[in-house]
Formats: sequence, C-alpha cells, structure tokens
Amino acid sequence: MASEDVKRLKGEIKLIVDGKRLDGRAFDELRPIKIEAGVLKRADGSCYLEMGKNKVVAAVYGPREVHPRHLQDPIKAVVRYRYNMAPFSVEERKRPGPDRRSIEISKVSREALEAVIMKELFPRCGIDVFVEVLQADAGSRTACLNAASVALVDAGVPMRGMISSVAVAKVEGHLVLDPTKEEDFYGEADIPFAFFIRNDKIESIALLQMDGRVTKSELMEALQMAKKGALEIYRMQKEAIKSRYIIEEADENE
Amino acid sequence: MRSIVLPGELLATNPKVAGSGTYVENGKVYAKVLGLLDKTDTSVRVIPLRGRYIPSIGDIVIGIVREITANGWVVDINSPYQGFLPIQENPEMKPDKKPNEVLDIDDIIITKIINIDPKMKVTLTMKDKMCRAIRFGRVVAINPARVPRVIGKKGSMIKLLKSELGVQIIVGKNGLIWISGDRRKVNIAEEAIYIIEAEAHTEGLTDRITEFIKKRKGELNGQ
Repeated sequence: MASEDVKRLKGEIKLIVDGKRLDGRAFDELRPIKIEAGVLKRADGSCYLEMGKNKVVAAVYGPREVHPRHLQDPIKAVVRYRYNMAPFSVEERKRPGPDRRSIEISKVSREALEAVIMKELFPRCGIDVFVEVLQADAGSRTACLNAASVALVDAGVPMRGMISSVAVAKVEGHLVLDPTKEEDFYGEADIPFAFFIRNDKIESIALLQMDGRVTKSELMEALQMAKKGALEIYRMQKEAIKSRYIIEEADENE
Repeated sequence: MRSIVLPGELLATNPKVAGSGTYVENGKVYAKVLGLLDKTDTSVRVIPLRGRYIPSIGDIVIGIVREITANGWVVDINSPYQGFLPIQENPEMKPDKKPNEVLDIDDIIITKIINIDPKMKVTLTMKDKMCRAIRFGRVVAINPARVPRVIGKKGSMIKLLKSELGVQIIVGKNGLIWISGDRRKVNIAEEAIYIIEAEAHTEGLTDRITEFIKKRKGELNGQ
C-alpha cells in the first residue's frame, strides 16, 4: 500500500476540508459532465459520456434478430446489456474479459433499462446495449447507464421515459453527491441510484444498490440528494440529444 | 418549425388524440420515440427520426429471397422480422413449376405486406399491380427513417426525380429503392437519393436537388 493510502486510513489526510471536498465541490455538486449523442456510425444509436474522470461510450443495436434462437421470447424483446472495462481504464491493468463485478453491473443495469424500454412492441427481437469504460473513476456504472439511456433514444427505441443515474456516498459523516474515487475508497458508504424520469419528473427508482453503513434517515436524505442530481443529469441528456437533431427540419416531408 | 420530442415527454392530457409514436398511461399521452411533434386539435403523433423499419400491413417493400421452402419463400425485408411469401400468393407460380424456378435465392422482389400476426410473423403477397420480381435496374438502400424525405411532401421529391431524369423509381417503405432506366441517369438518381439521405437540414432541399440534377445532366450532354 502506498504511504498516502496508509495515511488516509489512519485519518491523517482529510477528505473534507472546510466544508469542501478534495476537488473543491460542494456536497451536493456533480462532477463536470459532457454528453455527445450519435458518435458511432455503424451502431443504431450511440453516446459518448464523461462524468468527471469517467469516460464511457455506449452503443445500441436493434431491435434485431436474436441469435441463438432459443433465447428468443415470442411475446417481447430481450434486452442484453454488457458493461465492460477496457484493460487501460484503471490504474493497474485490468485483465480483459468479464469478471464477477462486471457481470453483476451488467445485470442490474439491464434491469434498470428494462423498466423504460417498451419490450412488448418487438416480439422475438433483441436489443443489445454495449457500454465500454475507457477511463474509470468512481461511479462508472452510473455513467454507463446515463450513456446507455441516451444511446437508446438515439437508436429510436420506443421507451416510456429515460433513465438518469447518480451515486451518493457517505464521507467522514457527510453525504456527498457523485463521489470521486478517493471518496468511494475511503468513505463509509456508496449508494448508486438510477431513476425512471418522465416529463421532467422522477417516476420511480430503477436501480438501487448500497454498500457501507448508513442510518435510515441518512438513506432517505441520500435519496433526495440523488433525485436532485439525477434531474440535473436528465436535463443534460435531453440537451445532448436535441442538439444533435436541432438542425433537422422534416417539415417539408409528408 | 416543429419541435423535437424525446421519449417520456407529455404531449396531451386527452387520451383520444394519441397517434403513432405515442403511448397512453393514466389517461395522459406521452411520446415513446425520438421524433418531430405533429400536433393538431384532433391528433398528436410523433414522426420518428431514427429507428429500424417495423412492418405494417399494406406497406410496399423491397425484399431479398433468402430461403425456399415447400410452401413458399422466406424474404429478408430489411427489418428485425423476416417476411414469408406463400406459394398461393405468387401469381407467377404454376402447378408444373418448382418454387425455385419462379423465385430463387438472392432474387429481389417488390412485394406487399398483407398480414402480420401477433407473433410478428409477416406474410407477403405478390398479388398487386406494383409487385414484381426485379430482373433489371438497380436497388439502393437508405435509412428507413429517411424514406418520407425521399418521397417528399405529397410525392414532390420523387416526382421531381422521375420527371427530370425519366427513370422509373419505386420506394419501398423499408428503405430499399428500385431505380430503372438509362444507366447514366440511374447513376444521377442514385447520387441524388444519397444526397437526400445525408442532408439532414431539408430547408430548400428540393431546389438543391433540382440544381444538382441540372448540373449533372449538363455534364452528360457536354460529353
């Protein structure tokens, strides 16, 4: 362990100084976010997203035929989601291929998206979502979900609404929105959320995970904080999609 | 200018006006796809900007024969679903002929969708004056969401291409377009269609296409 890590564990380095976080943010402030829709030519829909130091790219293919055939569902579409980290995305090279963590993230993220995708419109079809983490910081699963949601809209997949996702952590007794790697490593708890958002309103929770120790009231407070952050992200997601199509005027048609 | 709407945007509070591209939940109408909002007093619909071709009954599509079975042909219609053309639905089929003598694998046909069952099994027919097997000409593929643009308002764009170039064009709803006529003029039509597909901003597109065709025709005559 590096000596700095040891100092942090002993509490000699503070993660919160004068009511500010290490990167100077307020407790309820998001990291800088950049979203761009339609970046991949060969995918049906795509999105590049940066959330702090996270850099992720999402691609959507489909609805298309499912292979192998036995995975087909005769009454609705199957959604497949793959969260994958590039070997160079983390400080120590990660062995390529799925591991337990990425299989779990893929599963919960898929379930979050299934809440909004209108699967019943495409019997026997598959909708494939691939998300690659090119550079990882804390909260890469939330960044990936945000990117996937934009890519699905870009692909023209019918959906009930959109998914926006953000994490809340507990650091030195304070709840902080959108934690960085340090806050995630040395904090007391990490709680990723994803919400089903429709018409600028939060309709329901699509993903909720937690590890660490928080009280009941802290969890409720974290939920409120995450909702506020998610709505902010939602606005940016909408902006990213609209800005790509604003030049289009199909008025002449039909 | 019509506004762009995203999935989940509230469009109306009267469920009776819900049209294509929308869905109703708790008596409210929401958008379900990314598209342009088309709102009148009696209907609300969303014209999609993206997405694959989803078959609907009555559509004329251009398909490629992929498989021959005892009962008919399996046809790829550039969609998540394959079409099936039963033997009885092909007037060219005679009792003394084998199915592969009428239509073989990789043959291209203009065909019509007559039925879609709840499992999205698509049935095709050739019993329509538009329908035929394609033995000449050229097939161009574009993004299915751009098909209305190639047709233009009340068919204006397609009329322009046909009259200016004297070529035959049939636009399949699935994004495949058949062009036939003088080879050099077909080349121009093909290029024009790709321009229409690529140029997102349609403001004055008809005029620009007219100019493009004039220019290319001038080059042809100059040679």
